[in-house]
Order: sequence, then structure tokens, then C-alpha cells
Amino acid sequence: MGAPDGADEKDEKMLEIKNLQVKLEDEDKQILKGVDLTVEAGKVHAIMGPNGSGKSTLSYVLSGKDGYEVTGGEATLDGDDLLDMEAEERAAAGLFLAFQYPVEIPGVGNMTFLRTAVNAQRKARGEDEMSATDFLKFVREKAKDLKIDADMLKRPVNVGFSGGEKKRNEILQMAVLQPRMCILDETDSGLDVDAMKLVSEGVNALRDAGRGFLVITHYQRLLDHIKPDVVHIMADGRIIKTGGPELALEVEQNGYADLLAEAE
Amino acid sequence: MAARAGLIEQKQGATSARLDSLGPVADKGWTATARKAALDRVVQQGLPHARDEYWKFTKPTGLVVADVTPAAVFTGDEVQVFDSVDRVKLVFVDGVFDAAASDDPALAGVKIERLAEATSDIHWAQGLYGTLEANGQDPVARPLAALNTAYATDGVLIHATGKAEKPVSLIYRHESETSDAILHHVIKLDAKAELTVLENGPAAARFNKVMEVDIADGAAFHHVRAQGRDHERQAATHIFARLGTESTFKSFTLTANGRMTRNECVIELTGDDAVAHVAGACVGDGDFHHDDTIFITHDAVNCESRQVFKKVLRNGATGVFQGKILVKEGAQKTDGYQISQSLLLDGDSQFLAKPELEIYADDVACSHGSTSGAIDEDALFYLRSRGVPEGRATDLLTLAFLAEAVQEIEDEALSDEILGKVEAWLDRRRG
Ligand SMILES: Nc1ncnc2c1ncn2[C@@H]1O[C@H](COP(=O)(O)OP(=O)(O)O)[C@@H](O)[C@H]1O
Ligand SMILES: [Mg+2]
Repeated sequence: MGAPDGADEKDEKMLEIKNLQVKLEDEDKQILKGVDLTVEAGKVHAIMGPNGSGKSTLSYVLSGKDGYEVTGGEATLDGDDLLDMEAEERAAAGLFLAFQYPVEIPGVGNMTFLRTAVNAQRKARGEDEMSATDFLKFVREKAKDLKIDADMLKRPVNVGFSGGEKKRNEILQMAVLQPRMCILDETDSGLDVDAMKLVSEGVNALRDAGRGFLVITHYQRLLDHIKPDVVHIMADGRIIKTGGPELALEVEQNGYADLLAEAE
Repeated sequence: MAARAGLIEQKQGATSARLDSLGPVADKGWTATARKAALDRVVQQGLPHARDEYWKFTKPTGLVVADVTPAAVFTGDEVQVFDSVDRVKLVFVDGVFDAAASDDPALAGVKIERLAEATSDIHWAQGLYGTLEANGQDPVARPLAALNTAYATDGVLIHATGKAEKPVSLIYRHESETSDAILHHVIKLDAKAELTVLENGPAAARFNKVMEVDIADGAAFHHVRAQGRDHERQAATHIFARLGTESTFKSFTLTANGRMTRNECVIELTGDDAVAHVAGACVGDGDFHHDDTIFITHDAVNCESRQVFKKVLRNGATGVFQGKILVKEGAQKTDGYQISQSLLLDGDSQFLAKPELEIYADDVACSHGSTSGAIDEDALFYLRSRGVPEGRATDLLTLAFLAEAVQEIEDEALSDEILGKVEAWLDRRRG
């Protein structure tokens, strides 16, 4: 019998968000008002939009943060209902969020954190734990590419890290965990030109046919380094326009005003 | 007036019931005078009562009543602590010395005897037994310690003349559900001597223990203790330490489980440039009450004292911290630090803290802080978003919280032992 030839060619839908509506749990404030978005394997989608449009909320809701209530719609990863899973299950299923504001965890060493995360995900997937020496070697290699030194690996997670170091640490986690679906929430904010280059190279190194990206950014700048396949504009809890990379340039030149007016 | 008279009557009633159950104090040997004086103190003070100011947060009844409340012996397989440490082991089972289970107490730089066997009429410990305890009765009465001096059945007398070759490890096993043990240790460090004392084990259904430590000039005393792990055991312990010039005292206690624990530590810095650190970490779950009561007196110039206490409480557990720094007139250049923190894993648990500073010198730097908080939700989500399950993530944060107190242990091998033990305990609980 065999699979029909066409099956391999059609884009494999990875993250599918349909009419997603979200409000704050303990406040009557609707933040997402019906978001539709599909990211295919191998593709990089960008979301741009003014401050307060709901970009971070979308990334938090997808990764399972408490405090939000889904009032309608759905979100699936490889066909599985994301919204029904615990945060850790989503991670084990291959979802990763690079935080806009990475969290400091005093007392937990970065390396311990990474090893605990990798082994927890492996366990959840029924895989063997990585040996300590293999793991160390693996992490050091990835860290070197991101110019993260041994000291940063030893220090408590994000404690006393500069803004740029925190963002590089997010990308390190992504490189080590090798998720299938990566969401980057304003990873470019607070980065100087060199750090931006490092981070972008880190992301580009992970681009491959089996992996999807959702890159949230304020600026075109990052998209010069990480070339998106699709660009979405988000405003007031909705995707108001979707287009190719040229859409990002348009925003860069004219701002959001025209697009917002157009959407009215 | 009537209420007060009623209270005194209640106290007297409870005190005589307890004293009757213990019978007369031993009237022979070199401790006889100290025992008799201690008994007089108990009678005069009365045993602690729930209405005593010093027992405001901790109900003393179980520690005071004549009949010990039975405590089941923990049967799960216990994580042994200090196993990797080369040490001289002295084992007490329900307060009774177990020679067969103990090591030969010969140790270079140290002389070790048992209180019960030190029967001569003259002894080096004579000037110390009950003396530091008696000094520590002012300005606050500590009747359970006086009771201990009067009735201790055994204990160790350790005289460090030089640098001890390895730690002395006191192991307290609990086998009888109704054991009521009273042990009293006296430790004397000569000038420049160095000694580490380790203590671990649940000891008895009810345990009353006093440790008097006299630290001469330039000597260093280290103490690491792991109290656990029987759920129902009760304990009242006291450490009385006197520090000479340029001497060091460092004590750390880990407590996991136990229905009732009151650990008092009374320290007097009597020589210039001395250093005293007391730290504790405790993990309480459910029917658990843990009280750290610390009293540090600065009575010399340029001394440093440090108190670091951390408590993790869940399922209705209670933690208490009463910590005082008293800086006497003339104790200039005192550096006093005190922090007590609790991590409440649910709304049923509580932490009661009473930090106190009393300062009669003008050139001092003293600070204290006390906090009580829930687990950091952002950190928890961050960990979970990386695939770490909630239970494990909570444990990691708990361990991180406690680590700050555990790091107070100077010896890295010992601090690793303790951290490992905490981790294993957390792990097992989650089982
Ligand atoms: N936890 C919260 N409490 C109150 N308001 C919130 C919370 N999270 C988001 N919001 C509000 O929701 C809107 C969208 O925020 P956010 O998702 O952070 O936007 P963006 O990332 O696009 O800047 C904003 O108006 C913000 O103030
Ligand atoms: Mg945002």
C-alpha cells in the first residue's frame, strides 16, 4: 500500500491555533480575542505588534502559565491538545518558550537546572538519562557557541546575569533541550548588536526541516538575522494581517498606524 | 492576682508531678552538688507553662508532663547521615550507651569519657557541669535544662587538648516507644584546640539533652547535627557555650519531622575577637512543631555572631524562631547578624518569629530580618516550562531555599552530606 506520494510534500502542520480567546483568570479582561495561527515544521513565523497587543500572553498561554482562562478556541501541537496539558508535559512534547523576562532562581545552579530539565524530559518520553560526562560535554559545546563561559554555567540560574546574558542563556536552554516548536518572546530586546548576532546564529543553527519557530519581536532588526517565512501583525488580541517578510519592512518604515487603520 | 496565683499553682503541680516521677537526684560523686543546685533551680522556677512568655509560641506540655507520650519508632529505611565521614562513633539507644555499637573512644588530641562512668570524686568537668547551664538561666529561665542537669543519666565528657584527629559522632537511636531519655554532655576545648562534634538520630520518644561547651582562647568548636526522623518523637535540647578570646563556635542543625522540637542555644562571647555562628534548616510536614530559640550575649570587644535559620513548612506544620542578640555595655565593635526565613508551601502552615536586639554599646553593627513567603510562582513556572514536573520543581526550589543555611557549615564534606540528606528526604516524601 504505502503512503500516497503527496503526504510528504504537504507542509506538516505543527502548532495550530484556532480562534483562541483568553482572559485573565481573576479579572474580567479579555486579552486574546480570537487568534488564528498555524506554524508548519521547518518554517519561521514572526509576530510583530504594538506593546500590549497580547503577544506575551499568547506565548504564556501556549506554554501553560497559570493565571489565564481560555474562554474559547483551541491550540494543538502535532495534533495533541496543548491546553489540556501541564506546562511540563508541553515541554516534554517539544514546546519551548524563550522568555521575554527570564526568571532568576537563586540557589539553583544553571548546570543543575539544565541537567534536571533534560533528564525530566527524557524520562517523560521514556528515554534513558544522559550520563553526567556526556551531558557536560554536550552543554559546554553549545555554551561555547553562545560565548557562555564555565562561570555562567555554575552560577545560579540568571542571578546577576546582564540582560544580554539572560537572553543568551535562554537560547542555550533551547539548544540543549532541542525542542520541536520554539517560541521566542522578544529575545532581541535589550541586546546590543554583537549579542543579537550571537543569539540569531544560535537560533539559525537550530533551524531545520523538523522544527518550527514563532518569533515575537517589536523590531525588524532581528528579522534581518532570522529570516522569517511568514510575518503576522498582532493588535488588540487578534492577528490583523499576515504576509511575507516584506510585511516586516513595511512596519519598520511606516509603523503600525496604517495597518491598524486598515484593520478598523 | 488570682489568675497569677492559679498559674503558679498549676506550674507547681506539673513540676512536682514530673519531679516525683523522676525521684531523688543522685547524691554521690562529683556531680552531686551541681545536681542538687539544679534541682533547686527547677523547684524555684517551675517547669515551663503555656502562659510563660518564653513559651508563647510553643506549647511545652508534652516536654513537661510526667508520663511520656509514646512515639512510634520509624520503620522505613532511614537515610543514614555522616556515613561517608571518618569519625569516632558513640551510640546511645533510647539514652542508654551501647558499647557494642560504639567505636573505641581513643582519639588523638581528645579525651572522651562517659558521664555515667566518671565516678571519681574529682573531675576536670566539675567546674563546668551545670555551670554554663546555670549561667544561661539569666535573664531568661530555662527550667528544662536545669532539670537535665539534675537528672541526666549519662552523656559524654570530652576534653580536647589539641586538634582532634577526627570528629566525635554521637548517634542517638530510638527503639522503645516510651523511652524518656536525659543526656548531658560537657565539652571542654583547651586553648587552640579544635574539635568537631556530630549528632544524629531521633534519640527517644522524648529526649532532653544539654550540651555545655567551654571554648578556651583560640580554640575552634564545630557542631553539625541532624535531628530526625521519627514522626512522633519530642525533643528539648540546649547548647550552652562560652567563648574565649579569638575562639570560634559554629553549629548547624538539620531537623526533619518530629512532632515537637525545641532547640535552645545560649552563647556567651566573653573574650575579644570571638566568632559564633548558629544555623538551622528544617523541613516540617503536618503534625510538626519546631522551635529555634537563640540567645547570644556579646560581652567582649570586636566579636561576631551570626544566626541563619530557614524553615520549610507544609500541611499545617509550625515553625518558631526566637532569636536574641544582647550587646552588653562595653562590647564595642560587635558585629551581629540574624536572619530567619520560612517557606510556607501551603496556607495551613505557619511561621512565628520574634527577633530581638538589645544593645548597650554604641559602636556596634547589628541587623536582623525575618521573612515568610510562599514558593516563587514565576520560578516554579520557569522550571516547569523546561519540563521539570511540579513536585520536582518544588523540591529544587525548596532545596535552594535551605541551601543558604546549609552553606553555613564550613566543612564541605559535611555540608554535602547534609544537603544530600535533605534531597533524599524530599525525594522519599514524594515517593
Ligand atoms: N497578568 C496580567 N495582569 C494584568 N494585565 C495583564 C496581565 N497579562 C497581560 N495583561 C495585559 O494584557 C495586555 C497584553 O499584554 P501582553 O501579552 O504582555 O502584550 P505584549 O506582549 O504584546 O506587549 C496588556 O494590556 C497587559 O497589560
Ligand atoms: Mg511582551
